[in-house]
Amino acid sequence: MAGSGTAHLRAEGDSLLRVEGLQVEYRMRGGTFKAVDGISFDVGKGETLGIVGESGCGKSTTGRAVLRLDPIAAGRICYAGEWIESVPERRMRELRREMQMIFQDPVASLNPRRAVKDLVVEGLTIKGVAARERETAAQEVLAQVGLPGVRFAGLVARQLSGGQAQRVAIGRALALSPRLLICDEPVSALDVSVQAQILNLIERLKQEFDLTVVFIAHDLGVVRAVSDNVLVMYLGKVCEFGDAVEVYDQPAHPYTRALLDSVPLTDPDQGFAGPALGGDLPSPLEPPTGCRFRSRCPTAQDRCSLEEPVMREVRRGQFAACHFPLT
Amino acid sequence: MTGEPLLQVRGLHTYIPTSRGVVRAVDGVDLDIGRGQALGVVGESGSGKSVMARAVMGLLPAHARSTGQVLFDGVDLLTLGRRQREQVWGRRIAMIFQDPGRSLNPVVRIERQLTEGMRRHLGLSRTSAHESALRLLTEVGVPDPERRLRNYPHELSGGMRQRVMIAMALTCGPELLIADEPTTALDVTIQRQVLDLLRRVQTSHGTALMLISHDLAVVAGRTDRVSVMYAGRLAEVGATREVFRAPQHRYTQALLGATPTVDHRRHTPLNLIPGAMASPVDPPPGCRFSPRCEFTVPGCTRPGPDLVRVGDDHEVACLNPVSVAPGGELVGR
Repeated sequence: MAGSGTAHLRAEGDSLLRVEGLQVEYRMRGGTFKAVDGISFDVGKGETLGIVGESGCGKSTTGRAVLRLDPIAAGRICYAGEWIESVPERRMRELRREMQMIFQDPVASLNPRRAVKDLVVEGLTIKGVAARERETAAQEVLAQVGLPGVRFAGLVARQLSGGQAQRVAIGRALALSPRLLICDEPVSALDVSVQAQILNLIERLKQEFDLTVVFIAHDLGVVRAVSDNVLVMYLGKVCEFGDAVEVYDQPAHPYTRALLDSVPLTDPDQGFAGPALGGDLPSPLEPPTGCRFRSRCPTAQDRCSLEEPVMREVRRGQFAACHFPLT
Repeated sequence: MTGEPLLQVRGLHTYIPTSRGVVRAVDGVDLDIGRGQALGVVGESGSGKSVMARAVMGLLPAHARSTGQVLFDGVDLLTLGRRQREQVWGRRIAMIFQDPGRSLNPVVRIERQLTEGMRRHLGLSRTSAHESALRLLTEVGVPDPERRLRNYPHELSGGMRQRVMIAMALTCGPELLIADEPTTALDVTIQRQVLDLLRRVQTSHGTALMLISHDLAVVAGRTDRVSVMYAGRLAEVGATREVFRAPQHRYTQALLGATPTVDHRRHTPLNLIPGAMASPVDPPPGCRFSPRCEFTVPGCTRPGPDLVRVGDDHEVACLNPVSVAPGGELVGR
C-alpha cells in the first residue's frame, strides 16, 4: 500500500480538484512524521469522492491540507485550474469561500453562545455583505437545511441537538455558495436515524447546487451510500482508487478486501463477509519498508518489503497500489 | 429461550433527578439472559441501554433511583446489602466499557490493574496472580504478554487496551459479561478482532454476554436474542434471527432501513426517521415512538402499548406492527 504514483489521475483540466504527490509532515519529539506521504487523487465537477480508511491513515489530514489548513510539505494541488499549493494566504482566504469544510463534531465547531441566524451567515459578514441581505440569506439557508427560521433562527448553538448543529454547519458552508464541499466525518458523531437525515440532506444539496464533494469517513457503508469514486488509504498512502461500486464489489487491494470483510453485517446468519485481519496498525513513526500494509497482509511476499508498489490499473478504471492485486 | 435463567430483570425503572426534572432513563424494562447465552441490547442515544446496564451492575450515582427487580441467579441485586453485592459485582458479573483508554488507570502498570481483582476476590498470591495474568493476556490475544504487563495503558493501542479490559473482566471467571459499546471507539479491522474475541470467550467459558450497541450490525451476527430499546422502553424483543429477518416494530424496521450497508445502492436516499428522540423528562403519552412514526393508529397515544407475542420467541410493543409473523398469532389484542 504504499501506493504512490499518479496512474489513476485523469488528464489535467478534467477535474475540479487535483492533488499530486501530496505530503504533510508533523514535527514531533524524535523526528518528523509523515501523516500523508505522497498521495494523489482527483475529483471531477459534480462528483463525490469518498476517502475511507482507519485512524492514522491520513484521510482527515488530506482534507485539511487541500484547504491548506495544515502545512504542505510537498506536492501540488490544483483547484479549478489554479495551482494553489503556494498561492499567498490572502488568495487562499478568497478560495476557501468556494471550498468549504464540514467537521465531525458540529457542536464543538459552532460558538455555543451565538444565535443560529448569525452563525449561518458569519461567512457573509466577513465578506462584507449588508445586514439586510444577510437576514434574507439566513432565512433561505436555514430553510434549505431543514431548520425553519421561525423556530430556529433565534436559538443559540448550545440549544441545538447534534443533528441540528450539523445542519447549521452545513448551512454556514452553503451560505457562501461553495463549489467544493469537504466533509470530514460529518455523521460519525450522530445516531443512525439522524445520520440518515444528514446524509440525505448532503445528497440533496449536492444535486441542487451542483456541488463537488470530498467525503471523508471511516464507515464503509456511509461512504458507499454517497460516493461516485472511492479512495482507500492506509498509513498515509493510497491503496486503491476507483468507482465505488466496482471497488466494493470486487476490491483489488488486499487491504480493501480486509476492510470490507471486517464490517459486521446486519444479516443474522452471516457475521462477516470474510476472515479477520490480524495484527495492529504499525507505528506511523516507523512504517514498514516497501508496502506499508505488508506487515498485516495475508498475501505479502518478499518483494513487498523491498519495493514500494505504485498505482496501476487492475481493471478498467480501477487502480491499486499492490504487487499482487486480487483478481 | 434456551438454558436456565441467569439474569432476569423485571419492571426495572431507573429515574435520575436533574435540574431539568426527573429523567426517566429506564421506564419499565424486562430482560432475560440464560446461562451462556448472548443477548444484544440495541438502541440510539437516549434509549436507556447504558443506564439499564449500569443499574444491573450497580454503577449508577447514588441519587439515581432504581425500582423493580434485578434477579441474578435468583437473588435480587437491588435489595442486597453492600457486602453481598460485592460478592457478585466484579466477580460473577463483569463489565467492559466503550473507551478502554478511560477505564484503565493511566498511572498504574497493566500488571497491577489486572491482578488487583484476582488478589482481592480470589486471594491469589503475587506469583500465581502474575501467572494468571500472563495466561489471560495470551488467551485474549495480546502478543508478548510479559512485556505488556510492565507497560502503562498509554503504551498500548486502543485494540490492545480493550483486550486488556476483557482479560480484566475475565479474571474471576464471571458468569455474565456486560459489554457496553465495546468496539465503538475502535477501527473496523480492530472492532472485528474484538468482536471475534468476545464470541470466543462466550463459547469457550460458557459466559453469558450482554452486548450493548447502537450498531444493529454489531449485534446481528453475534447474539442469540436481542432487545431493541427506545426512550427507556422495550420496543421489540426476540430471537436475533427473527427480529432481524422480520422486524415487527415500526422503529426497528425504520432503524434497519436508515443504516447504510456496504451494499447500499449509491445516491439512493436512506430511509428517514423524521424528528428526534423523545424527551426523557416529559415523554409523549403512549408509545414513545409515535410522534416519529408514519403508521400510527388511534390507540398509539393511550398508555402502553405492552409487549405482545408475535412469534415463537418474538414480542413487540406496537399496535400496528409490520406484519403478523408466519405461524404466529397476535396474542392479547
